[in-house]
Amino acid sequence: MNSLIVSGLSKAYKQYASRWARLAEWVMPGRKVHHHLHWVLQDVSFTLKPGEAMGVVGINGAGKSTLLKMIAGTIQPTLGEIRVNGRLAALLELGMGFHPDFTGRENAMMAGQLLGHTSKEMRQVIPEILEFAEIGEYIDQPVRVYSSGMQMRLAFSVATAFRPDVLVVDEALSVGDAYFQHKSFERIRQYRALGTTLLIVSHDKAAIQSICDRAILINGGHLVHEGKPEDVMNYYNALLADKGRHEIEFNQASSGQTQVISGTGGASLERVRLLNSERQAVEVIGVGQAVELEVKVRINQDLPELVMGYLVKDRLGQDIFGTNTHHLNQTLYNLSKGEELTYTIKFPANLGVGSYSVAIALHSTGNHIANNYEWRELAVIFSVMNMQYPEFLGSSWLNPVLQITR
Amino acid sequence: MKLINSVWKYRGFIVGSVKRDFQFKYQNSLLGILWIILQPLSMILVYTLIFSQLMHAKFPGSTSSMTYSIYLCSGILAWGLFSEITTRSTNTFIDNANILKKITFPRICLPIIVLLNAGLNFFIIFGLFTIFLLVSGNFPGISYLAVIPLLIILASFAIGLGISFGVLNVFFRDFGQFFSIFLQLWFWLTPIVYLKSILPDWVQTWIAYNPMEPLISCFQQVIAGQVWPNWATLLYPLSIAVIACSIAAILFSRHIGDMMDEL
Repeated sequence: MNSLIVSGLSKAYKQYASRWARLAEWVMPGRKVHHHLHWVLQDVSFTLKPGEAMGVVGINGAGKSTLLKMIAGTIQPTLGEIRVNGRLAALLELGMGFHPDFTGRENAMMAGQLLGHTSKEMRQVIPEILEFAEIGEYIDQPVRVYSSGMQMRLAFSVATAFRPDVLVVDEALSVGDAYFQHKSFERIRQYRALGTTLLIVSHDKAAIQSICDRAILINGGHLVHEGKPEDVMNYYNALLADKGRHEIEFNQASSGQTQVISGTGGASLERVRLLNSERQAVEVIGVGQAVELEVKVRINQDLPELVMGYLVKDRLGQDIFGTNTHHLNQTLYNLSKGEELTYTIKFPANLGVGSYSVAIALHSTGNHIANNYEWRELAVIFSVMNMQYPEFLGSSWLNPVLQITR
Repeated sequence: MKLINSVWKYRGFIVGSVKRDFQFKYQNSLLGILWIILQPLSMILVYTLIFSQLMHAKFPGSTSSMTYSIYLCSGILAWGLFSEITTRSTNTFIDNANILKKITFPRICLPIIVLLNAGLNFFIIFGLFTIFLLVSGNFPGISYLAVIPLLIILASFAIGLGISFGVLNVFFRDFGQFFSIFLQLWFWLTPIVYLKSILPDWVQTWIAYNPMEPLISCFQQVIAGQVWPNWATLLYPLSIAVIACSIAAILFSRHIGDMMDEL
């Protein structure tokens, strides 16, 4: 018995040339069609068993939310079918449609009733909801004074007050603080163990990888990849990297002011990858793992000298570590057009848990102010997870050797 | 049947919403529930002061000086119910876009909530009005029961019209704007403040096409005239109400899917 079957699901929005065209279609005799269909999701199929968890990833506008809304039932599919066995609860966007002027308690009651619970059932679980949401005395204040985190906590608590057979979560959890995220994932895990099927949209790689058995990648309205979360995440990152490149190209074309000498394109980045010790491209690495940054460069015109610099940044864009081949005394001289070269930088990933990006710059001489051949932000994005070391805080692993004398 | 079933399942939400709407409207005000009465009362006072002298002579065989006020009240209260249901259901889908987009529930609950809410307000004020009639010795007696079928016809017409406009309003916001203007004209095209008999003959023939005219007129007959209404005249508003409800059902079921895309 499957708990969720989605087959051939497609969604198209009707687009009319004008409001009048719609009116004409409604009232004019004859079945003349005045709209054209704008497909946002096409032919998506998958099946989930009880207790299974699937992540949905994809860039903004790929159609993830549309998919979830159809499954949750707030919008109707144009084609295809959704079969849900049991009760479905959905957390779409923030706040479950809370009314800003009602108190948290009233909104919790209303949201519960909207999910089809009776007033009696709701009165029984309200104390539990309040306890889980940890809203405190704010519960009798109007929701308009709540922070977005508080709204999200309340919404999550209400949606999961009763164990649903299928739980659909659309990025809502990313709003909460780490403590609540932890708590809500714990509840989701418990429910899963009891047979709840989970469908979750998230940009949080770690979340997808830690909680999901499977993942699907939606791109341009199509299901383009389905498989293990790791594989799908890698595929997704490839897509992201592709997108990043376009943006960079655009930047170079438009911001001539700051990079006067750049845009010569004297050298260009062919490929940037993060490799593990088996020389396989990776997106998620462990703290302290030995990795290699591989940078493939093509020389587009004869260059007197070339320096490659890289900079690792955390997810807030703060510099973690950066250097270049000039400082490492390996500046290359007299490069000729058409040449291809590969830099490999080996280093142990002594980084704290989190998401990081690497920016790469190709230039002459030791500082950027001189010829800047190509400079690319977000050339590689990777996450660090702690797999073997004791728990620690911060952005670096400063290998502690503990000794206690007493 | 399935619809009734699912609505029943969501009775908690419906009842809760009616309660909350009611509380919300009055909880932040000093006078609270008094406003339900003050609003139509002020209207009635204004009309009484302005029109009673003009109209008084026109009431044949009127003995009570209050006859015009009672005539006015019966019409205005009935019209108030009609206008509240239609206006609010015209906007209910747009106003509740927030929850419609996030939670699945039988969409028909929204107009039902509007209907119940308007009904609640009406019963409070109409109950007070009835008490006033009893105390002042103007209670019509057994024929008062005729109010029940009258209300049913009025409410079905109102909700049919309201849902139709509510659905259309999602796609073409013009309908909401249009309806609020139209409702004002309609009020004056219905003999509520004035008597039908003061109109010229040619206007009277035209006004017969207004389905609200026989309805309101029956209310006035029952309460101010203290007689049983002329049942035959209700056939026309009844059939219009049935048509309105059928159109509402067709529009609602056919466009509910697209509606969510438009909100």
